Amino acid sequence: MEPLNRISDLNLQSALGSTLAASRRDVMRLAAGLGLSFLLPGLDTRAAQSRGTKRPKSLITLWMGGGPSQLETFDPHPGQKISGETTAIDTKLPGVQVAHLLPHMAEQVHEMCLIRSMVSKEGDHERGSYLLKTGYRPDPTLVHPSIGAIVAHETPGSGVEIPQFISILNAQWRSRGGFLGDDYDPFKLLDPRQTLQNMKAKVETARQSRRLRDLDVVESAFRNRRRIQSDATLHKQTVERALTMMTSEQLKAFQAEDEPKEVRAAYGDTPFGVGCLIARRLVEVGVRSIEVNLDGFDTHAKNFSGQETQARIFDPAFAALIHDLKQRDLFDSTVVLWMGEFGRTPTINAVAGRDHWPTGFSAVIGGGGFRSGLVIGETDPEGKKTDPVDPIEIHDLYATIFKTLGVEYAKEMTTPIGRPMALCKGKPIDRLLA
Amino acid sequence: MPITRHLTKILPLLVVLAVASLVALAARSPLPSAEKLPEVGADISDLQPIVEQLNAEFAMRWKAAGIAPAGPAPDLQVLRRLSLALHGTVPSLQEIRQFEADSRPDRIDHWTRRMLADVRFADYFAERLARALVGSENGQFIIYRRGQFVDWLSEQLHKNTPYDQIVRTMISQTGLATGTPAVNFMTAAINDGDIDENKLTGKTVRAFLGQRIDCAQCHDHPFERWKQQEFEGLAAFYGQVQHTIAGIEDKTTQDGKPVEYEVEDRKTLEKRIVPVAVPFHSEWLPKTGTRRERLASWITNSANRRFERSIANRVWGLLFGRAYLEPVDDMADPADDKRDLLDLAGEDFRVHNYDLRRLIQVMVASQPFHLASEFELPADAQRTPEAELAALKTAEAAWAVFPLIRLRPEQVIGSIFQSSSIQTADQNSHLLFRTLRLLQGGQFVNEYGDLGENELLDRGGTIPQRLIMMNGDLATGPTKANPVNAVGRIALFASTDEKCIETAYLCCLTRRPTAEEQAAFVADLNGKQGSERRDVIEDLIWILFNSTEFSWNH
Repeated sequence: MEPLNRISDLNLQSALGSTLAASRRDVMRLAAGLGLSFLLPGLDTRAAQSRGTKRPKSLITLWMGGGPSQLETFDPHPGQKISGETTAIDTKLPGVQVAHLLPHMAEQVHEMCLIRSMVSKEGDHERGSYLLKTGYRPDPTLVHPSIGAIVAHETPGSGVEIPQFISILNAQWRSRGGFLGDDYDPFKLLDPRQTLQNMKAKVETARQSRRLRDLDVVESAFRNRRRIQSDATLHKQTVERALTMMTSEQLKAFQAEDEPKEVRAAYGDTPFGVGCLIARRLVEVGVRSIEVNLDGFDTHAKNFSGQETQARIFDPAFAALIHDLKQRDLFDSTVVLWMGEFGRTPTINAVAGRDHWPTGFSAVIGGGGFRSGLVIGETDPEGKKTDPVDPIEIHDLYATIFKTLGVEYAKEMTTPIGRPMALCKGKPIDRLLA
Repeated sequence: MPITRHLTKILPLLVVLAVASLVALAARSPLPSAEKLPEVGADISDLQPIVEQLNAEFAMRWKAAGIAPAGPAPDLQVLRRLSLALHGTVPSLQEIRQFEADSRPDRIDHWTRRMLADVRFADYFAERLARALVGSENGQFIIYRRGQFVDWLSEQLHKNTPYDQIVRTMISQTGLATGTPAVNFMTAAINDGDIDENKLTGKTVRAFLGQRIDCAQCHDHPFERWKQQEFEGLAAFYGQVQHTIAGIEDKTTQDGKPVEYEVEDRKTLEKRIVPVAVPFHSEWLPKTGTRRERLASWITNSANRRFERSIANRVWGLLFGRAYLEPVDDMADPADDKRDLLDLAGEDFRVHNYDLRRLIQVMVASQPFHLASEFELPADAQRTPEAELAALKTAEAAWAVFPLIRLRPEQVIGSIFQSSSIQTADQNSHLLFRTLRLLQGGQFVNEYGDLGENELLDRGGTIPQRLIMMNGDLATGPTKANPVNAVGRIALFASTDEKCIETAYLCCLTRRPTAEEQAAFVADLNGKQGSERRDVIEDLIWILFNSTEFSWNH
């Protein structure tokens, strides 16, 4: 997609308005001098700097859009008819194999738990994504918030000046804030290799401050005799939060290029790899939930080459993320979840594809208080039985994540139409927790 | 999309050139007087009886609830509402001047007719209606052409095709997505190569009956009347639709066997044939025609109150920003013993041959559209914050005060374009709308946050939206002075500081500044010349763009 900033260059015939990034100190000084009501809060980085188990916990979701094949990833059945061209390799977990397409994850999977028996009731991409992202089936009368929005809503970090829920790369069915409000829609970073858009004021600091001072005059005129309605728009607060974000040091978390070359190389030179690296940097500054999206798993035809292409992208990035979090003592405070909306059929269709399979697909979870090296569930090696052994439903997995993150997941919220709704209707799977 | 990309690059330049030529043109010819502009729609005098009925309905409602309605809004504010609802932009400075020169007492009614005659109405309203019909996603390009569907709908609005006929065409049309654009209503519901009867059924009932039966796909509706059996019976009307190389077709037989609609029983997992059936009033269902033609006739039957109520509710929503009954597509069953505003407006709409223009005229002429958005408590009222909020909510629920509604992304970008160009962008509206549409394809609207089908749900603004408005090139570009845009022209030609400020306010906020505002900006401008002066005016436009007032309908 073409970035916005190319457009208006043509539109402008003046050479006005040099773009200067205001330093925080300048802004603070001017704000104080002018008695601005658009004030900036102080920067508190203490929470962000702590390590180990003392740290507030975050969640990173690696969303595999389109439905990754369990057989070509974490639940291979080597030598069986259903596995087609796919073979398996050993991992550091004795007796546990993954598909040969995942050499990097074979080295890291012992840090995580493998669930090979995810079950869902939705076999359509949109409905399946909704269920797997929210823990609820689609409901025409309300939109449920996705897990990332709930985490940001329920455990907001102190001293974090950038959005608490960030979605990296485009996804066909986006995560939403749902009934928690637009404010809990994720902040979108569509291209992690580009600098953030719209973060710099177009005029120098003194002029920006004058603009904000005069904006107050216009705001007061509108608010006069519309006080309640006008305050309910939260316009002013939103402007203030945007201004805070614009001058925040924490924006540096989006600069993957500041990382050493070896680190970047480990994640892979792909948008997804860079996205995973930024996700780690965002965790470091205290962002609560980050999702990194990778679309392209819907291999109804040519499943084997399609899944291989995808594996080449996510395998190094996922493995590097686990390794990196461990190295930096952030693993115990960061839950990492790998998942898509469903898996793919054991049967291989006439065009060497696999179709949608919502019963018995895989998810990988670990870090942040989860156990390591546990494998749950089993699918039929011959692909005949639909139901896996030890089926796991998404709302129970989410209750488990909420429990370790300290979210009161059973709490009932009141939706805009007045219907009470629990944040999560599942029960924690305690054997997954350390 | 390389073509789109090139176009997006040169379009702003084209817009600038087009505006420049218009400016040159306008300099030579004086403004045409408003009385001479083309108008369409029902005669204003014809509307009076129905408008009086609606007003009486509201008067009764307010009296019963003990609410004093807000006072009248200034005409310019009503013009802004009207322009945002029908054209998706604020009125241009040119329109404001013409409007103010128009001394007719019923000028708002004339301007409604005038705006309906403008091609911008057809384009903008088609886009808004399309959201309810096919959603906002672009889908699979080969089989689904959203753009062509919207163009087709726009043409129908421009020709004022009766609404029941538009709906019948959408439901029953055959052919290719490219050749017969109405079939895109069907192809939007193709999933993995097959028509998704369930999706179509849910959409049909939501869009044309204003009710949600989607949940009855799997189980009976928890509190309304809908049963799973009824859902399946309706879905069966789409059971013979096939998507082939010739596009959308109805096949009654295949390989010598009749085509039946089969569903898998959720409990027994066995397939069973479901015959077509309607949930009520089977006497409306014709005996002949394709299954889809029969369904279309049943839905648009003149005795079907749900059909007229649902479109009345949606049009009210598009005019006010909030549907009369919410959610817009989950209305309660119509009451047997009571007729509300939707019945009154719906009946008038039906007996006038399902005339959408007339429906809009009637609603715009009704009192709630003309009420102020300022709200004041009665002198004797309790003044706690809770009591004030409760009183406001009561008044808003009864349409006794005009609601504050956040502008749609298309309205925001449309208003930015319009505010910065002085001239009405109507002569080149196609260019403007192509621009908007391209932008919508992944730029401003996407970035600003598209509300998709749920566009009538009221919500507050977001941080990314503020960042776009404060710092984004598309929003801040027009605040910069150049010889052909409003900012540059204001800086060059306004005779006094006061005129300069007033013009900027009219361009952006469709009102004049208050005394305090005037004083503040006069002080800023005081004695400044050249580039310093231009900076102040640029700042003023930036400030107005970033105000609550600019981004909210009021």
